[in-house]
Amino acid sequence: MSFFKRLKEKITKQTDTVTEKFKDGLTKTRDNFSSKVNDLVARYRKVDEDFFEELEEILIQADVGFDTVMELIDELKMEVKRKNIQDPAEVQGVISEKLVEIYNSGNEASSELNIQETGLTVILFVGVNGVGKTTTIGKLAHKFKSEGKKVVLAAGDTFRAGAIEQLEVWGERVGVDVIKQDAGSDPAAVMFDAIQAAKSRNTDILLCDTAGRLQNKVNLMKELEKVKRVIEREIPGAPHEVLLVLDATTGQNAMIQAKTFKEATNVSGIVLTKLDGTAKGGIVLAIRNELHIPVKFVGLGEKMDDLQEFDAEQYVYGLFADLVEKEELEEQ
Amino acid sequence: MAFEGLADRLQNTIQKIRGKGKVNEADVKEMMREVRLALLEADVNFKVVKEFVKKVSERAVGQEVMKSLTPGQQVIKVVKEELTALMGGEESKIAVASRPPTVIMMVGLQGAGKTTTTGKLANLLRKKYNRNPMLVAADIYRPAAIKQLETLGKQLSMPVFSLGDQVSPVEIAKQAIAKAKEEHHDYVLIDTAGRLHVDEALMGELKDIKELTKPDEIFLVVDAMTGQDAVNVAQSFNEQLGLTGVVLTKLDGDTRGGAALSIRSVTQTPIKFVGLGEKMDAIESFHPERMASRILGMGDVLTLIEKAQANVDEEKAKELEKKMRTASFTFDDFLEQLGQVRNMGPLDELLKMMPGANKIKGLNNLQIDEKQISHVEAIIKSMTKEEKTHPEIITANRRKRIAKGSGTSVPEVNRLLKQFEDMKKMMKQMSNMQQKGKKKGGLKLPFNPFQ
Repeated sequence: MSFFKRLKEKITKQTDTVTEKFKDGLTKTRDNFSSKVNDLVARYRKVDEDFFEELEEILIQADVGFDTVMELIDELKMEVKRKNIQDPAEVQGVISEKLVEIYNSGNEASSELNIQETGLTVILFVGVNGVGKTTTIGKLAHKFKSEGKKVVLAAGDTFRAGAIEQLEVWGERVGVDVIKQDAGSDPAAVMFDAIQAAKSRNTDILLCDTAGRLQNKVNLMKELEKVKRVIEREIPGAPHEVLLVLDATTGQNAMIQAKTFKEATNVSGIVLTKLDGTAKGGIVLAIRNELHIPVKFVGLGEKMDDLQEFDAEQYVYGLFADLVEKEELEEQ
Repeated sequence: MAFEGLADRLQNTIQKIRGKGKVNEADVKEMMREVRLALLEADVNFKVVKEFVKKVSERAVGQEVMKSLTPGQQVIKVVKEELTALMGGEESKIAVASRPPTVIMMVGLQGAGKTTTTGKLANLLRKKYNRNPMLVAADIYRPAAIKQLETLGKQLSMPVFSLGDQVSPVEIAKQAIAKAKEEHHDYVLIDTAGRLHVDEALMGELKDIKELTKPDEIFLVVDAMTGQDAVNVAQSFNEQLGLTGVVLTKLDGDTRGGAALSIRSVTQTPIKFVGLGEKMDAIESFHPERMASRILGMGDVLTLIEKAQANVDEEKAKELEKKMRTASFTFDDFLEQLGQVRNMGPLDELLKMMPGANKIKGLNNLQIDEKQISHVEAIIKSMTKEEKTHPEIITANRRKRIAKGSGTSVPEVNRLLKQFEDMKKMMKQMSNMQQKGKKKGGLKLPFNPFQ
């Protein structure tokens, strides 16, 4: 049985709404990607340089990382040469096989959150400006609250105008406490306060917001390191998760973001936001392949419950659904 | 600075062809393959890349290049011209309505930086064009978006019109314009909520605001880090609203800036401004030619000169020059000069505008520590008046005192004194050269923005 069929069977067994949400959210990515591959295969009679160049463009267009694309194309060329493939239709199978291979080559880091059985779990959120850190925190707070956990938010973005107020609005909406200081104060001091408050209030989960910063600003990255150090000092083993929030519409720069933030704060997972609005999200492949950071959540809409736990298999299936169906048709 | 990665790759490619006495089709083809990859890697839209490569190739193997004496240089010239054309050719201006107020609508995806840009733009309108703008908070959806604009307004001491988040944005816009007329504001900047270009209901709301306010400018705010989707977003907003300009934000990051290169050519909408930082004055007009020049490593001396002119007092500069000539340059002068240079912006950004600066080894990843400059300032400020004018009197004991007073160390003080001494020597040499030069027909100081 082919990889896809196994995947499909596994997923169709999970007959819940989550799969539907994933499929809907990824419709644009899928339509763009697999229909283009299908179209490419249909148009070419022979596998040649032009064929590969177009394939390259399709992958680049999906924002799959540049290096990953180059690697993939090279491998494909070799495979085609080795098996002496002439017919584009035959290449199609190899393409999906290789993509899945790339996806699986990222080590099997769990996409589950590291939540402490007892005591406080601290989650630190980092990322560049405007990716949706505060919104993600709001949504996650809602999720944890509805699971019956006691949540506290730390307003660590003391720089951007209105950021503290934004988190406070989320706090009110969800019904959780927000620990804050005045705008312009030291974010590390806010974290210190928040940890003391969380401890004394018997909190299960502390979600720490930070100001957005571009990864090439050395001083701001150092500030972030300090924030993390303060948390580490107050609670051994914390922060239990450092989540990098990435905007799915970001291009190749997402790779650099992931790399630099990982160096500074040892990122343990990724939240990919705004995946519903984009035709892309191909960067997930590259990040997994090159940086080995698991994606833990994806944002598929603006509603409070539109933050979904990331399921790698569902993602791959969502991406290749058309290819799978085609494969089945051909077999019949 | 953005574009660096792209610049590196393009320049390496160009280096190979620069000195060639003969350029044949194979050379051009080889080069264009590299150019294509460099552009794709920089997130330039693949269609735009295709078109660009085709155009440059055609021109490069054509008569104008092959017949010239320096074909390598000519190819580079073609690349630069086409790159400039790609980004829009000329610098474009901001509209002025014949009957004020001029209405500007800010639109875009979530998180692109609309609210910050609205504040920056208003600040620029007031500072550079002497206008009297009013800000309008029409983002009623994102929590605290109104508060954000109000905070910015307070920082800039600029009026912000808001009706809270229970009134429809269309109604807010309508009342805002009436109010602006009443209070004689000549510009009205409407900050709208971020939305997806595929969200029909919210796009409809923008159309309603447009219908009602008849804006003179509709600016799409785009994150410069956006990937291949940038053109789809721009195209969709353009089709539905008819954009008049684009503002690119977060260009102070290390993005390769493909969005900047793609949007103009796909939508025919000019890039009017670029955002270069989080502070309210971090916005600049977009100059396609200068940007092309920067990408190809030819520097951007024009912007550097403009910055110097805006920040350096001409009278003082002349005085300084005289002091340099007569070698009566003191630590006070040095301090003053340091302050003026700092006003021009972060030093590493300034350095990168110098032609060929990115070819200097080590400079590429240079992060000038602004703190170090603060140290220098502190050391000088810890000197007595006499010490500043006659640094030769600074003995070991005085050095200790200065180090203590400035919170630095004796070696640091020594280093500065040594540097200052060397600088004075160099000035003396230069002024000698100049004196001699003048007799023979004039040799000028190497860097003086006013000549």
